[in-house]
Amino acid sequence: MRRSDSHIWRKIKSGLASAIAFISAVLVITPLGLVFFHLVVNGASSVSWDFFTKLPAPVGAIGGGMANAIVGSLELLALAGAIGIPIGVLGGVYLAEYGSARINSVLRFLADVLNGVPSITWGVVVYGLVVLRVKGFSAYAGGLALGLIMIPLILRTTEEVVLLVPNGYREAALALGVSRWKTIVHIVMKTASKGIITGILLALARVGGETAPLLFTAFGNRFWNHSLNQPIAALPLQVFTYAISPYDDWHRQAWAGALVLVTGIFCVNVLVRILTRGRASSVV
Amino acid sequence: MDNLVMATPEQSVTERVEPLAQPPPSIEPAPPLTFQVKNLSIWYGEKRAIDNVTLDVASNAVTAIIGPSGCGKSTFLRALNRMHELVPKTRMEGTVLLQGEDLYSKNVDPAIVRRRVGMIFQKSNPFPTMTIGENVIVGLRLNGVRNQKFLNERLEKSLRMAALWDEVKDDLHKPGTSLSGGQQQRLCIARALAVEPEVILMDEPCSALDPIATAKIEELIYELKARYTIVTVTHNMQQAGRVSDYTAFFYLGRLIEFGPTTKIFTNPSERQTEDYITGRFG
Repeated sequence: MRRSDSHIWRKIKSGLASAIAFISAVLVITPLGLVFFHLVVNGASSVSWDFFTKLPAPVGAIGGGMANAIVGSLELLALAGAIGIPIGVLGGVYLAEYGSARINSVLRFLADVLNGVPSITWGVVVYGLVVLRVKGFSAYAGGLALGLIMIPLILRTTEEVVLLVPNGYREAALALGVSRWKTIVHIVMKTASKGIITGILLALARVGGETAPLLFTAFGNRFWNHSLNQPIAALPLQVFTYAISPYDDWHRQAWAGALVLVTGIFCVNVLVRILTRGRASSVV
Repeated sequence: MDNLVMATPEQSVTERVEPLAQPPPSIEPAPPLTFQVKNLSIWYGEKRAIDNVTLDVASNAVTAIIGPSGCGKSTFLRALNRMHELVPKTRMEGTVLLQGEDLYSKNVDPAIVRRRVGMIFQKSNPFPTMTIGENVIVGLRLNGVRNQKFLNERLEKSLRMAALWDEVKDDLHKPGTSLSGGQQQRLCIARALAVEPEVILMDEPCSALDPIATAKIEELIYELKARYTIVTVTHNMQQAGRVSDYTAFFYLGRLIEFGPTTKIFTNPSERQTEDYITGRFG
């Protein structure tokens, strides 16, 4: 009698735990669904050919697009990548392949702290270090702010995937009389390349949506940027500016901009999934 | 089962070892030496892995290193091409001469040492990002060889020497990891041969292979002996008996006994050697 009682009680507890886990999972996914649904409802109608090809219309006029912001975002990502990718990848390789265990654990800790720094802080830092000194907002400053955010992100993912490369490959290459750095570049990094590229793409997707670090660096621009020394438009920045404006047409365009941004980031994540799909079969 | 498969190579081994055993070692003319190891000691941190080992490795012969796990066989093998230095906090004393040159003198680049002394590992490790063909010539490529004609010639020659050419000649563009375990190990041997070393070190090359693949590797070792000096670590006593001309028995980092394989296996001077070979411990 007591046995079956405890059996029923156990079943109830197990069912309850499953239910709570299920509800939590739904709660996690719901915001994504809601955001995307909202963006499509409010923004899809404004995503047009004009949106991708035209400059913003003058204040008060209806229409125009965000061509300059889309191109500007790509330019900023290129600048950020030029700073963040080499430093992040080489730093990650250093942590995985060289250095003493004690110093590396300190560096790793610092990288994790940097990953937790609010992104607006990077904007302020670059504002103080660059913008104030050269007395002007610029694409370079925006790219630098985004690049600094990318460094610790890429550093940690690179380190992890490089550590996953089995030691046997390093030994095999070294035993052929191949030098240490050639072994690392041609064998280790090549073996880990999928994982390294994944880390880079995720970092680009992350900074591609950043607004705060661009507020006092890239600043935004309603026209084409003709020199990287000048302020430059960026999609998230444009969305921010339009969203807090008093005009309905700008609100619609802000929705459209947000939709394009989210779709772009979604596509990068899908690309990452495709890249990492073969992971179980290959080594890293 | 194992013995059945191995019957033929074993016989041939006995035949070719016999001449060595017939005249007493003392009056035999000294064979040319590839390695001369004197008073070698190696520490990993505080732990002493090799304790004052002195041993000569004869040229164009197979020297087998046997002993229980943790006896220092692998460390000793790796000291012959400075691979043990990859472990942090290693320290060594003594000298290792390769053809009379000190491998550990200050102006010797370990990369050059390893080009002269190739190595085959327990677990076959063809590079997963490369095709069969690329795997064979990777050592030359990364050492700066660009001449495509030369690379192609060396590719075929190395695969032929590793007895793999006929099996893979139509699949050179396929990934190296698509081969079977035994083929992968022969691919690794071809890769090591492609840089034309003088010596090949083997660290339990067959321990992950089935008896048929093992027999092929052993046959290969016998053929390679004509051109190379081979030092192999093995856990498999029968294998040591089949393939080697000389056997060194290590225990707790010390060289207990070293001599012609037939003597070590039939009439060892040390009690410990006999106990190990007859399976009383280890």
